[in-house]
Amino acid sequence: MTTNKKDPVLVILQMTGAYDALNTFVPYGDPHYQDYRDVLRLSAEDVHAVDDYVGFNPGMGPMKELYDQGKVAVIQGIGYPNPIRSHFRSLDIWHTAEPDKMVTDGWLGKAIRDLDPNKENILTAVNFGRGLPRALAAPGVSVASVGDLASYGVLTGIDGEEQRMDALDIFGRMYSPMIGSGPVNDYLSQTGLDALKGADILKTAPDIYSSSIEYGGSPFAQWLKNIAQVHTAGFGTRVLYTGVNPGTFDTHANQHITLPRLWNDVTTAIGDFYQDIKEHNANEEVVMVVFTEFGRRVKENGSGTDHGSGGVAFIIGDAVKGGLYGEYPSLEPDKLDEGDLRWNNDFRGTYATLLEDWMGLDAQPILNGSFEKFDFIK
Amino acid sequence: MDDHDIGLMAHLMRRAGFGAQYDEIAERAAKGYEATVEELLNPTEESHGMTLDLWERSFLEWNHFIRCVPEYVAWRMINSRNQLEEKMVLFWHGILCTADSKTQSYVTSQAELDMLRRNGMGNFRDLLIEISKDPAMIYFLDNCLSHKGNINENYGRELLELFSMGVGKDGQFNYTEDDVKECSRAFTGWTIANNIPGQPYGRYPSQFVYNPADHDEGDKTFLGETGNFDGEDVIDIICKQPATARFLSRHIYNFFVADEAQVPSWMETPPRDMDTVKMLEDEYFRSGYDIKSMLRLLFHSEAFREARFSRIKGPIETVIGTIRLVGDWDTPRPGFEVIFDEMKHMGQEILNPPSVEGWHTGKEWIDGGTLVRRINFIADYVGDLTQPGIQDMVRKLQAEGSTITPVGLVDGCLRLLGCYELEAETRRMLITHAEKSGDLPTTNREFAGQVAQMLQMIVATKEYLYA
Repeated sequence: MTTNKKDPVLVILQMTGAYDALNTFVPYGDPHYQDYRDVLRLSAEDVHAVDDYVGFNPGMGPMKELYDQGKVAVIQGIGYPNPIRSHFRSLDIWHTAEPDKMVTDGWLGKAIRDLDPNKENILTAVNFGRGLPRALAAPGVSVASVGDLASYGVLTGIDGEEQRMDALDIFGRMYSPMIGSGPVNDYLSQTGLDALKGADILKTAPDIYSSSIEYGGSPFAQWLKNIAQVHTAGFGTRVLYTGVNPGTFDTHANQHITLPRLWNDVTTAIGDFYQDIKEHNANEEVVMVVFTEFGRRVKENGSGTDHGSGGVAFIIGDAVKGGLYGEYPSLEPDKLDEGDLRWNNDFRGTYATLLEDWMGLDAQPILNGSFEKFDFIK
Repeated sequence: MDDHDIGLMAHLMRRAGFGAQYDEIAERAAKGYEATVEELLNPTEESHGMTLDLWERSFLEWNHFIRCVPEYVAWRMINSRNQLEEKMVLFWHGILCTADSKTQSYVTSQAELDMLRRNGMGNFRDLLIEISKDPAMIYFLDNCLSHKGNINENYGRELLELFSMGVGKDGQFNYTEDDVKECSRAFTGWTIANNIPGQPYGRYPSQFVYNPADHDEGDKTFLGETGNFDGEDVIDIICKQPATARFLSRHIYNFFVADEAQVPSWMETPPRDMDTVKMLEDEYFRSGYDIKSMLRLLFHSEAFREARFSRIKGPIETVIGTIRLVGDWDTPRPGFEVIFDEMKHMGQEILNPPSVEGWHTGKEWIDGGTLVRRINFIADYVGDLTQPGIQDMVRKLQAEGSTITPVGLVDGCLRLLGCYELEAETRRMLITHAEKSGDLPTTNREFAGQVAQMLQMIVATKEYLYA
């Protein structure tokens, strides 16, 4: 645990679609790599080299800059037991931290319950995107889920500002708990009022925010801007979540063009976000996590890569001890797992590090077990 | 025909279907409650709207080998005249769960959903046999990995725990761990050919195969009976159990009558309405496990008829019901994915239940994110004056006279939404709001917008979360 005066904040960035670990954090110095990747091969001139073995994808310049400042921990060989190559099931596993069976509660949902057990802040966690990721779901945990901060709210489809204000006023009164209406209606009332109140608070964020940073136009970049707006507004939000649309990183074809472009979009937004919160003196309390559901086949398919296993994740922030963690999985043909990278550290070890050493929570009940932690938090 | 008949018919159509527009409700009410129940219970062959084959031709990039199976099911829920038939697909899909996230073969899931449609109102024993032979299920719960001398208990356990008996009843366990093992042994050799989802075979339907060489022919002792049982024998024994009658009856009650406790607590928590559940249990045995008989008895019962607005609508009911109400999507056109995504974002995606336990229901549908999503979705639709169903509501209110009072507006909108009832306090607030504009001339250009706004405020109420 660090001695931050401000409460630690976790920003989770989900790179849906399964990015190709091998061409994201590239073992360009490995002779086998060159063999497996005839078309997609990246060489020393292409990558942002970290050392003479690995380097970042050509599109990841902004990430490399943060890495050079010692702010990026690269978790190599991250995975989970019995890898599954379905996007949905694999995401579920990352969301619930439960590889063996299907469960409904998300790891962050449980963390949010521990962060705010008395539900004092309806904005303890905010998601940006369409629909709530299962990671944030847990019974009794209310998470605001925002598609677009500027237009977020209840009954946004009512024409006319005055009419809408009227309708919201009635909404607030209709959802006020009525005596004797029973626990279910009380719960519905509370949820309705929380949503209304949350929207009221959240919609003030863009107005009090100003910044010299111009974010890109992609939804992801705009959501990161929304995250900066909410974080710097000082609502006491501790968990912020967003990501790219499903399938974005699913590079079965034309990967040599799409992957650098995607990483450029994503890491530029991340770099902008870091500069933005720094400009607001709100950088030290933020740790970002970049993850995906699984890796891809070691051997390319001719123009892209198919579903595989074994991945790489990135932990970013001032509180992070930059460097390489985990081992880069061996590319020796006989060390592969059915043609895939063999994972060597359980993703729950990274979760445990974040929960305990960063957020100051007890990871054991959240993850249903103890997992070996890393020391990537200062 | 009075308001009570209309209200009751609206209730029946919300529960035994996905709701209906006012004209259909009135028409059915005129035909009579019993006639409508029989029509719902006895679907006709050719009234489901459009076959998958024809439907797919409207979406050039889609075909059921790759995608669009859950979308097609949603489309059919909207357009099928056989509303109860489609509602039963949803009912069984929520109990006999498989998830595409694991099976990854839409063509196999499609076959499963068709099977649920065929058997959804048939005999429960037949349904259990069919689901045990269903390729998607065999793969989903690993029965294809269960072998003579080396069983995989996954299917055997869930068959007992989630598909038929439940863990326990009245505080007592319904079966032991040994029963799970013996049950699993009986299903050895029940496997599939064309394993899924491995490509390219995932693009072909998988078939049930019985492999006698891999079937355990030894004696099994299951729930106190001993013999060389196979899967069908085990299902016969399961169907005889009072626990099975209870489990099925509670599910039917929870889905059609009123929100029950969640399934995992059923061993300790008694049914909320023991008399009605007991009635269903008795009918289960009397009829020889006939699901249709249970439903018929239920729809005619006091308990059902008086249970208006005691269930919180699920996301699929909400989205499909709204579309049926406003009359959208009666023909295919591009853009249906957005509608499908709405259900997902509200917390219920066809072919992707959160676990083998299915979806939790009742108040668990509602959280801050899903509530806002739900209210805005319905409000946007009922505020859309281009929708035929909304235009029809406006016309009906105009037909009542040249002006309409605030009370007339509120009550008229409630009636046209399906005879909704509000708490007195909520209704008073809306009337007070309407009084600010006084009596409205129905021929004014603004009238349609004023109706739309009242509809939007009604669908945002707590009461409208219920059906």
